[in-house]
Parts: sequence; structure tokens; C-alpha cells
Amino acid sequence: MAVLSSAAAAARLPEHVVRRVMGIVGGVLIRVVPALVAVLLWQWAAAAEQSPYFPTPFDIAVRVRELWFSAPLGDGVLTDRFLRDAGPSLLRALGGWALGGAAGVLLGLVAGQWKRAAGYIDPPVDFLRSLPKPAIVPVFLLVFGAGDLMRVGLIAFGCTWPVLLNTLQGVRTVEPVQRETARAFHIPVRVQLVRIIIPATLPKIAAGLRITLSLSLILMVLSEWLLADSGLGNFLITAQRTFDILDMWAAIVLLGLVGYLLNLLFVAAEKRLLRWHRHLSARG
Amino acid sequence: MSAVEVRDLTKEYGKGASAQTALRGVSFEVAEGELLSVVGPSGCGKTTLLKCVAGLMPATSGTARVLGQVADGVPDGLAVVFQDYSRSLFPWMRVGRNVDFPLRSLGLRTAERRERVARALESVGLADKADRYPWQLSGGMQQRVAIARALAYRPRVLLMDEPFASVDAQTRAGLEDLTRRVHQESGMTILFVTHDIDESVYLADRVLVLRRSPGGVLTEMDVELPVVRDQITTRSLPEFVRQRSLVAQHIRAASGEADGVGGAAGPDANTPADARPGPSDSDAPSPQPATANG
Repeated sequence: MAVLSSAAAAARLPEHVVRRVMGIVGGVLIRVVPALVAVLLWQWAAAAEQSPYFPTPFDIAVRVRELWFSAPLGDGVLTDRFLRDAGPSLLRALGGWALGGAAGVLLGLVAGQWKRAAGYIDPPVDFLRSLPKPAIVPVFLLVFGAGDLMRVGLIAFGCTWPVLLNTLQGVRTVEPVQRETARAFHIPVRVQLVRIIIPATLPKIAAGLRITLSLSLILMVLSEWLLADSGLGNFLITAQRTFDILDMWAAIVLLGLVGYLLNLLFVAAEKRLLRWHRHLSARG
Repeated sequence: MSAVEVRDLTKEYGKGASAQTALRGVSFEVAEGELLSVVGPSGCGKTTLLKCVAGLMPATSGTARVLGQVADGVPDGLAVVFQDYSRSLFPWMRVGRNVDFPLRSLGLRTAERRERVARALESVGLADKADRYPWQLSGGMQQRVAIARALAYRPRVLLMDEPFASVDAQTRAGLEDLTRRVHQESGMTILFVTHDIDESVYLADRVLVLRRSPGGVLTEMDVELPVVRDQITTRSLPEFVRQRSLVAQHIRAASGEADGVGGAAGPDANTPADARPGPSDSDAPSPQPATANG
């Protein structure tokens, strides 16, 4: 910090600029330093121990790069391997997520808006969402076979319920005054649904979709352990079975990176689309 | 023909022995072009009455006619301004879009809609705020947006439910004058519900005083004040002072009566402070920041 301020003084920057820059630097440091320390400790411990099961983070990073990110810059860094391993996985996870999310939103809107429908929808939803997702796998295997239909179906199945519950709750908590306003102005039901109920519910829908984004990755990995011949889950389990420990760790790290990145993208999109909601909740 | 005609209106919440009577045998009329204020203590069923007239809530017995139509479902040619402006505006729409939104269902041409929105925002002094979001404005401005939305709709009857109860005193004075001006310019019939006695006298051509336990019409009186009113001079006129005291006396006498009837259990034992769910009739401070504005 002392270095920074003297450097600033030398360059004669205005004080508020210096403060701003130091604030940003501080924020980054707080985020990065603890993680960096943890990785360094791991590096030191793994190097000291020389265990075959725990390679050093450096070795893992090198392997991750070698496997998936070593294509020339001009070719977009990603290797063919990356497209072969992560491509199918992402398609399955995001496809299932989108299908499940759509089903959840649709059912949630119907159940939230029409009380009579809720009577039919509530009990089976409570049962199905409480069911541990892997328990349904044998059924999906029987019905859909061991192909991608089973995998996407499983992911969609898992993603439906949290989104449904969030949507339902969102619809039920739409401001009564907003509904009365719509009725008082003779807004047709269809327009109310599209222009009032859905926008008012979007923050809750987004929360449901955010939860299920990570759930879709979990289910993707799980589904790729079963009779798959492609995908990161398959790569991971194969590496473990063949005692290719470094590859196993590399797959874990890549899965973590993919999950982190997807969440980052989602939060950024949410921030943009739901600006009004962020402002309202900030006001309390 | 009266713009609003309420006949022997009774509203009960619940059924059987646990039923709460919010309004009993309420009858009154509002003439075309009149500004009638309805004043009464908290819990006297003012909001219930307004919702029955608006057709947002069915009456248990009796009728409310608006422009000759029996109000089951919202009658045509009617608009409502709610107390809770921050919840009644749609935060995902810009101010202009909020005002425009009800017009889209009227089947108007785009040019006509655009013109109405511009004129309505102009008349509440927010012509330059059309591209803002409601939450970027102060409380008073938000309520002006809600008024502009009602104006653009060009109703023949405008119902206002304690619209200024959650803004600060200065803003409130400005909004009261705005309401009077709009009334004069448009010739609309306005039914204005408030718990503020001064406001009820200052605004209206006629005041309807309600009692509670159960809610009913205590008395009504014509306001004999000049058409053009002013926050300072009008409020110091002897006639204003006399009428506001009269309304206050009526309300106090009636609540004294109710206290006697209530007996040991207290005045509120048979009528909850507010028989209706929802916050709009309570005196609790609203969470919205009520910022002063010009």
C-alpha cells in the first residue's frame, strides 16, 4: 500500500482515483490471497509427501492444460480433446437443465395461478422432489436405455422440482396490489400473465435456475458414470478405474472450473436482466 | 344519473357466527363531476367500501352502481389509485410504460396512446421522467406516476384509496392541489377515501363521514369553500375551520358511542382494527421512503 501511495504521489494522481484503485486492488487481494495460500500449502504438502494419490497442484494444472487447453492460440486454445470430453457433457447438462427448467416454470406458473391445479400438482411434487435423484436412475435406464436420452432425462427430472417450487412460490407472492391494479384496468388474463405475473416471478425463477445449474452438473457426472462412452464424468471414472490418478484429478479440476464459469455467466446475465429487482431489494 | 350510486350496501367477512360486519346498510350517491371524500377512523371499512364500488370485491348484500352498471367485476370507465404506490406500479417497466400499459388493452392507436401518456405525465409534472424506472423516483413522484396512469386511462370515475397516506406533509399538500386541479380540468367524478379530516374537507365538494363497528354512514355535509383553493388561505378560512371541527366532532361522538356499546371488552372487541387482510387501511408507516420533491 505504501508503495502504491508513493507511486501515486509521484504521478500526482487525484486522491479519489488512488482510493478507488486501492479499493479494487484490496478487493481482489481478499479474494485471491486465501485461495492462493491454500493452493501453496497443498503444493508444499503434496510435494513433501510424494503420495501417488495426491499429485501436486502444479502437476495437475500442467495436465489440465496439456489435455484440454494446449491448442495454439489461433485455434482458440481448446483442444479437440476438450470438445470430445466436455462438449457432450455440457450439451447433456445444459440440455437437461433447460428442459427441466422449462417444465418447472410451466408447471409452477399453472399451479401458482390456478388454485385447483395446485391441488393436483402439490402432493406428487412434494413426493418427487424428496426422492433422492439417483434412486430414479434404474427406472430411467429401463425406460430410456443407456443412451443420452436417459442422461438428459435424469438431469431434466432433477432440475424440474427446485424450479417448480420457486416459480410456484413466486407466483403466490406476487403483490396483491399489482393484481388488483391489473383487474381494475381490465387487463386481459393472458396479458396479466405475460406482462405482470411472469416478470414479477422472474427473480424467484432465476433463483431456482441458479440452484439447478449446479445440480445439473452433479447429475451429469453421475449419469456419465453409467455406461457412457464420452463426457467428463466418463473420463473421470475411467481414469480412477485405470489408476490414472493425475488424469482423475485433472478431470475434477476441470469440472470445478466449468461449474464456476457457468455460475459466473448466469449471475452476470441475471444481474443484467433483473436490474429492477436488485435495486428494489437494495432499498429494503 | 349519479356517477356512483350505493344502495344499502352490506359487507361481511367470514360466514356464520364468526362473521365480521365491515359495512352495514351504506347508501350514498356521487353526482357526475363531483369530488366526494369519504372520511372515517381506521377500521371503519373505507377501503372495503371503495373495493366494493370498484368491483374488486363482491358486496354481501345491496348494490353499488357505477355509471349505471351494477359493479360485479370492475365497471367500465373507472380507474383506481391505491395508497401503496410502490406496489401498484410495475418496477420492471419504465415510467412511460407504466402509464401506457393499461392503454394497450383499450385498443387505442399507437399515436393516440403516445399522446395520452405524454399529456398525463405533463399534467403531473413528470414529462421528463418517462424513461426512468419507478424505483428511481421519490415516493411523491411515484404516486404522481400512479395518478398519471389513471389520468391517461381517461376514466369517468376515479377512485382514490388513501393515496397520500404514506408521503410526507409537503409532498402531500402538492398532491392534494394536483388532485383538485386535475378534477377541475377533466371534470371527472372522484371518490376520495382518507382518514385525514383536514384533507377530506380541503379537497372535496362534499364529505361523507363514516362510523365504525360496524361501518356505516354517520353523516354527509356539503363543503362550502371557494372552488379555487389554496393550502394556506383556504385552511385559515373560518368556514374551513368550522367544517373540519364539525367532522371531527361527529367522528368523536360516534367513537364515544361505540366505546359505550363495546363495554368491558373494549371498543375493538367486536370489530378488529382492520377486518380485511392487507396493509392498505392501516396507519402503520409505510416502508417506502417518503422524500419531499418539488
